[in-house]
Amino acid sequence: MLDCAIIGGGPAGLTAGLYATRGGLDNVIMYEKGMPGGQITMSSEIENYPGATAHNLSGMDLMIPWPEQCQRFGLKHEMSEVTRVSRNEDGTFAIHKSDGKSENAKSVIVCTGSTPKRAGFLAEDTYFGRGVSTCATCDGFFYKGKEVAVIGGGDTALEEALYLAKICSKVYLIHRRDTFRSAPNTIARVKATANIELVLNAVPEEVLGNAMGVSGLRVALKDGTTRQIDAPGVFVFVGNNVNNQVLMQEDGSFLCDMSPSGEVIVNISMKTSVAGLFAAGDMRIEAPKQVVCAAGDGAVAALQAIGYVDEHFHN
Amino acid sequence: MGKYVELTASNFEEITKEGVALVDFWAPWCGPCRMIAPVIEELANDFDGIAKICKVNTDEEQDIAVKYGIRSIPTILFFKNGEMVDQMVGAASKQAFADKINSLL
Repeated sequence: MLDCAIIGGGPAGLTAGLYATRGGLDNVIMYEKGMPGGQITMSSEIENYPGATAHNLSGMDLMIPWPEQCQRFGLKHEMSEVTRVSRNEDGTFAIHKSDGKSENAKSVIVCTGSTPKRAGFLAEDTYFGRGVSTCATCDGFFYKGKEVAVIGGGDTALEEALYLAKICSKVYLIHRRDTFRSAPNTIARVKATANIELVLNAVPEEVLGNAMGVSGLRVALKDGTTRQIDAPGVFVFVGNNVNNQVLMQEDGSFLCDMSPSGEVIVNISMKTSVAGLFAAGDMRIEAPKQVVCAAGDGAVAALQAIGYVDEHFHN
Repeated sequence: MGKYVELTASNFEEITKEGVALVDFWAPWCGPCRMIAPVIEELANDFDGIAKICKVNTDEEQDIAVKYGIRSIPTILFFKNGEMVDQMVGAASKQAFADKINSLL
């Protein structure tokens, strides 16, 4: 029986693992299907993690030391995919894995994060991976000296547009409004970048392509006209969907209370509606979706889990 | 211990022409590629002598990436007797890759 099972290996899961093991829980496994690090490892630049001041620090640079630090205190990483968490009759939990095996745990911290959303235009799925991408650091390389389109108007879209502008000959930044939802400093940098063209009040309708992949994009403008942008790369940054599948039970209900949009409802102690089950990071309600917040959530959840295990099992 | 095969322009055809091969197109700067790196290593061990588990560094082997129309990494191509028969884009679980290989054996 595990003292605590941590589902997910991003900033929340890693910090939860650090605090849970350093705080005295002996048998803690973090389940992450590959190398831990999470979605932030796709970010080209991180400027707002306190103390991490290196110039041009990427999300991957930031995350590299985290797993080693956690494992120092005894956190075990199991590279398997968790398909479902369910509750046993005695109040403990069962962790079901994709290889058909399962493990029991006294407490569970779920921090499976979120996945980039698709924008929903025609042929987006057809060309995903063949010109449509959600990772500029991964795929910008394939468009060196070429033109690309970036879709979105938030922090991620603007930051990744800036990154792509350094590699590509031109970046079309396509946004459905005429104002951006991003840090003023980032907006100013985008506006001052000569090879970024703002295409505002514009909604992507269809990605165009051929056997070789994407060749362009057609967008609908506010005045009722359309515009064709010839670019072999289309990068989509329009927000994220919460990864809540592990909480879904066999009858289709969720293990704990969820918001209408599928986020886990927690209180400020990261407690869910089920005793012993905690949630942390991007998947919880009102998550600011920042690394520092996810890490903070992970610490809070782990401290609560330690208290829960002590109280219910160690007396 | 099985080890994955590092493919280059000079050995690509030779290695993939017989049997089942998984080819992971990756690059050092790619977070999701790094994420699946230990998965690929485990697969190389699990499928030692059964299927070939290979990697292509797209930064160093751009011609191979162009030949197979790689525009996103990680992209994982599956070959059977030299013919590309399936592909997956993005990080996935070890189970998902293993299932795909098993379906081709």
